[in-house]
Amino acid sequence: MELKPGSRWKGVGGAEFVVVRPPKQVESLQSGGHPVQSAADATDQALEPEASLADLLAVGKRYSDDASGLELLVSKAGKGTLTVDGRVMALKETKALPASD
Amino acid sequence: MQISLLLEMAADAFPDRTAVIGKEGTVSLAEMNARVRAAATLFAEQPADTVVFLGLNGAAFPTALFASAVAGKPFAPLNYRLPDVDLCKLLARTSPSVAVVDDDMLSRVENVEGVTFISRTAFEAACSDALRRAKELPESESDIAVLLFTSGTTGEPKAAVLRHHHLSSYVISTVDFMGAEEEEGALVSVPPYHIAAISAIMTNIYGGRRIVYLPTFTPEAWVDAAVEHTITHAMVVPTMLGRILEVLDSRGIGLPHLRALSYGGGRMPQPVIERAMALMPHVDFVNAYGLTETSSTISVLGPDDHRAAMTSEDPAVRRRLGSVGRPLPILEIEVRDPEGNVLPCGEAGEVYVRGEQIAGEYLHKKVIQDDGWFATNDAGWIDEDGFLFVEGRLDDVIVRGGENISPGEIEDVLRSHADVADVAVFGLPDDQWGERVACVVVARRKEVTAELLSAWVKTHLRSTKVPETWEFRDELPYNDLGKLLRRVLKAELSAGQGLHAA
Repeated sequence: MELKPGSRWKGVGGAEFVVVRPPKQVESLQSGGHPVQSAADATDQALEPEASLADLLAVGKRYSDDASGLELLVSKAGKGTLTVDGRVMALKETKALPASD
Repeated sequence: MQISLLLEMAADAFPDRTAVIGKEGTVSLAEMNARVRAAATLFAEQPADTVVFLGLNGAAFPTALFASAVAGKPFAPLNYRLPDVDLCKLLARTSPSVAVVDDDMLSRVENVEGVTFISRTAFEAACSDALRRAKELPESESDIAVLLFTSGTTGEPKAAVLRHHHLSSYVISTVDFMGAEEEEGALVSVPPYHIAAISAIMTNIYGGRRIVYLPTFTPEAWVDAAVEHTITHAMVVPTMLGRILEVLDSRGIGLPHLRALSYGGGRMPQPVIERAMALMPHVDFVNAYGLTETSSTISVLGPDDHRAAMTSEDPAVRRRLGSVGRPLPILEIEVRDPEGNVLPCGEAGEVYVRGEQIAGEYLHKKVIQDDGWFATNDAGWIDEDGFLFVEGRLDDVIVRGGENISPGEIEDVLRSHADVADVAVFGLPDDQWGERVACVVVARRKEVTAELLSAWVKTHLRSTKVPETWEFRDELPYNDLGKLLRRVLKAELSAGQGLHAA
């Protein structure tokens, strides 16, 4: 699937994500065990995240997948662990700078 | 990722938190987001490719920045201190554009072809328009976020291009989303046409720290605002800090609420930072180094580095107070010789940087290399622990008989003399050496002589670095961002000796 930088996606648990670094190649991006939908034309699928994939995703957290290079930023909070081709995406630490601006 | 999403996320998570305090009053994050939607509709209605902002700091500035992003049009803040004729020339280059202009500046720029003018008052009114607020705009796919015109000390100003992904990548990887505590407030006094003003909006909004705007900087107004708004964070340029300290001294006050003071945009004289640290030991000082073309900060000397340097007996650690710290973990920095070879620690050359936030691009001209490295045109070196020392613009380095001499080093020595209020060192053409070291001094007492100061420099530096040409003046030329205009002095002194400046 095509995951352009800046493109926005929505998961079944209500979480929304934006692509901050595009992947080399990805077959499927899922949240809560179900494919994500493009945020612009998402429809209510009446689905719940699977119980084993129901981590809470907080706004402002970044998730990455080393194998594909994909990195996402959570733009709206919700439940639904992020997986790329079956691999669970890892929470990326922000190394906050001392305020410089 | 579009920069407008930074505000949307913040407004969604903490709608009631204060975004901005300015002369228009207090604006919450939710209100800011609503204004942005209305302003974006207004911009989208105009037959314009670019949004120009000509005015003082205030809520309208971040509103116009984010609204331009939503409308998919680059945002170009212009320098209102330029002469009217230059301002009109720049405006003409943005055509077709829409320009939001402070009411009292409108008469300076009327009738530029292809530019639609909107007064700030009319803009504010449009931002409250309920119909415009309700309008849904399609998601923008434009990739240029900001155009910043460089100060153009040589030739026509160039328009530096900052794309959405440069700016947002800097913000999301260096700022904790809504990580600021409720009471934190940042005092912003750099003008809207400076990169630091653009990054201050994004990092403070995304971090959840209210922005307090000072429309124009005077040290008295800065101190008043810091006290009135219990400011916790601020960024200043070095010349501002010296003047702020004088006001604090004369009023006999400290700033107990202030937690962090960052500085950048020029070389900080060591005596000034030492005095500031002694006067406000509770404050975390941060030296941030960056360029317009690098989306602001690329290297930081943090609070712990400042304290370690200040209290160290080791001269190698001590001198780090004059460094710009270490590169951000998200990018790489190298020092290279003129042939492009990477230099080892301790050797001076040109500073190069690579990373996701590095734009390195002007309108119609890309200056970043294919492998991502950007040449900063700054001279510098790195010590064995990775601290970067920036010696100034490469063009300012004096080459005397094959020896590279940094003006900043000599200026520091002279400034540490009790009788020297200010000083500028630069090279002048010389028949024998190619260039020779010249300096212009602002003295505190008229009895001070070149002989006396030469002897002072000689006790601190090797003899080739002692200035050979001396001039005394009442003041030095600075631009409005506090940058010393060495080139102006160089041209004046070269003309005086009947030679042309190199």
